[in-house]
Amino acid sequence: MKNGCYIFLAAFIALGGSWLGLVYGPVHQLGGAKQTMVLNSSDTYPLQRPGDAALGLQVYRANGCAACHTRKVRQTGMACNVELMNAGKNPVAVTNLISSLSLTNLTKEEADQVAGQITSAGGKSEIHIVATGPDIARGWGMRQSVAEDYLYDAPVQLGSLRAGPDLANIGVRAPDANWQLTHLYAPTGEVKGSTMPPFRYLFELRKTGGTPSPEALQFPKDFALPDGYEVVPTPEAKQLAAYLLSLRANAPLYNAPISP
Amino acid sequence: MIVNETNKANPTASEVDASLRVPLLALFGGAAVWLVVGSVLALIASIKFHAPDFLADCPLLTYGRVQPAADDALLYGFCIPAGLGVMLWLFAHLGQVPLRGAIVPAVAANLWHLGVFIGLAAILLGDSTGFAWLEFPRAGSVLLFFAYLLLALWATMNFAGRRERALYPSHWFLVAALFWFPWIYSTANLLLVAWPVRGVVQAVIGWWFADNLVFVWLALVGIGAAFYFLPKYAGRPLQGYYLALYAFWLLILFGSWCGIPLGAPVPAWLPSISSFAAMMTLVSVLSVGVIMCKTLCGGKKCATLGGPYCFIRFGLGSFLISALMFIAMACPKFNLLTQSTWFGPAQTQLQLYGFFAMTMFGAIYHLLPRVVGFEWPFPRLARLQFWLSMAGVVLLVVPLAVGGVVQGIKLNNPGVAFLDAAQATLFWFRFSTTGLLLMLVGNLLFALNIFGLTTVWKFALVKKAIAMVKAPLEIAEVKA
Repeated sequence: MKNGCYIFLAAFIALGGSWLGLVYGPVHQLGGAKQTMVLNSSDTYPLQRPGDAALGLQVYRANGCAACHTRKVRQTGMACNVELMNAGKNPVAVTNLISSLSLTNLTKEEADQVAGQITSAGGKSEIHIVATGPDIARGWGMRQSVAEDYLYDAPVQLGSLRAGPDLANIGVRAPDANWQLTHLYAPTGEVKGSTMPPFRYLFELRKTGGTPSPEALQFPKDFALPDGYEVVPTPEAKQLAAYLLSLRANAPLYNAPISP
Repeated sequence: MIVNETNKANPTASEVDASLRVPLLALFGGAAVWLVVGSVLALIASIKFHAPDFLADCPLLTYGRVQPAADDALLYGFCIPAGLGVMLWLFAHLGQVPLRGAIVPAVAANLWHLGVFIGLAAILLGDSTGFAWLEFPRAGSVLLFFAYLLLALWATMNFAGRRERALYPSHWFLVAALFWFPWIYSTANLLLVAWPVRGVVQAVIGWWFADNLVFVWLALVGIGAAFYFLPKYAGRPLQGYYLALYAFWLLILFGSWCGIPLGAPVPAWLPSISSFAAMMTLVSVLSVGVIMCKTLCGGKKCATLGGPYCFIRFGLGSFLISALMFIAMACPKFNLLTQSTWFGPAQTQLQLYGFFAMTMFGAIYHLLPRVVGFEWPFPRLARLQFWLSMAGVVLLVVPLAVGGVVQGIKLNNPGVAFLDAAQATLFWFRFSTTGLLLMLVGNLLFALNIFGLTTVWKFALVKKAIAMVKAPLEIAEVKA
């Protein structure tokens, strides 16, 4: 290449191509995404966060929680579980049949076959679809995260490092607001050996007056506060806890089907 | 004194160098400050893993703010201005044309550093945008964008007006990089910060931007610089003109499509195409490796241990390893093992510091004495910095990468409690924190040399001014 213009042209073509593919393409495909329907239900998903939780997303951003926490569950596969609903008129035969069959972790064809056998023995069964993978087995979610889960996030903070556990379903896994707040104030008080830094600056340690604050945190028994003191969350702490409780990505969707 | 005389038919190399003096000192001086600031912040962030209570009551220094601030200080504070400075020098030097109107790039360099200051302060105050590598809020990013445009404009004018018309392989890489940054930076800022797109598309654009900046832009500038200094120190031409052209084309064609992690919650075609692009980029990376080996084999051996030649060779070697790690993470099996573990940060640090910063140290140690016209005030400390930085980056990256794989194995086994997986990495952090400490000392030595050289130059200016004032008046003036 002897001419500078050719280099500009080459760079323009290369970057323009990737811009079309990875910027324009996704914007075109997903930029106008709307709420979807929950599978086998008339509910829509996702719902707008309530005010406090929406503000809490900004507290999450400002304190860089995504530096250590991801918000995405990975799924490596799917499986079918057959569940007996009703043993029918001949329970002994059905029970004997079931004890000779494997009912979990089946492919669709195997599950259909097993269900057929149970039906012909006179029993009634249902096939449940379950997601599989280490994240699911760990209890971090019931299904993989999909694009719909982030529709109302701005900014979307998926995170890229699991120095701490995944938070995609923390609202399902730890639905107690007091637990969330005490854990933010003193992580090791709730989880022994936690490497999470405490966020004491989101709380106020103050002397318990004549009437203790109704918002004061309830600590576990072995956690000692100085006598005559109570810990009251600031609005930011309450918003952050509300946001964490709003993280519930467990609705079955068309592109992530699971049986509830 | 700034030499702006360009009417001369044949500017000498020293005239070319002198024209770059003020802008390069502005770029590198600020870069040295941010380098030290960045490594102090990185050290604070690392210590927090050993003692979560360390500085925990100061909201400015919570981990989630210090860590991105440290990364941005290294990338935006040091890497990009250093890269731009080396680029300006290479264009002027290869084209044998002095830089005209050097005051504009000097002002732009200061605007850039002001933007970095605003951006870092904003992150620490909790005003980050929340996107990786794009944390600077609008006030900082607008300054960065216009400062870059000014610097790029001056570099392009200098490039277009070159007297030596032939283009070297270095030119391809550097010119492409010049043009790359404004496009990706404006796209990302407009679509993520100014008028955010909806939902998960934000994450896709964030990954596209991060890949194009941290992988492609740094590779273009770093390889461009290395392809000039490597043959120069080896004493023989770059081996493989067409191979270099091939590496360049594949890097910009396919490297720009990488970065979408497998298993991301986006339509499946995006991570698939990204993985394919990463495999194609492998060919480009291997070509760079072949060029490096063929140029070094049979070339001159290292004359001074720890000199610029060592920096450049170590930098290019790190690029090969970091790019291979990057490509490995796009392979499904390995990705499943290492995604969301410390392997990713290990690769990023190798790319930023092991490859890019080390290459820039080498280039700056080579060119700045020529530009300023004085030798380094502490040449021994400069050579010591090579050993400190090299040991530091090895101690940082290798344990983090191994620890990341260990963490991945544990995370992939649901029988292992999460806390066990998290605590297993603490052992490896002992090494990486030591590595960061060594890097901090190395960076301090670099900054010391830069400011020593600047001080020597300023003293010489003052001396010259005093001499001019004291000089006897000329007879003509006395008569008048």
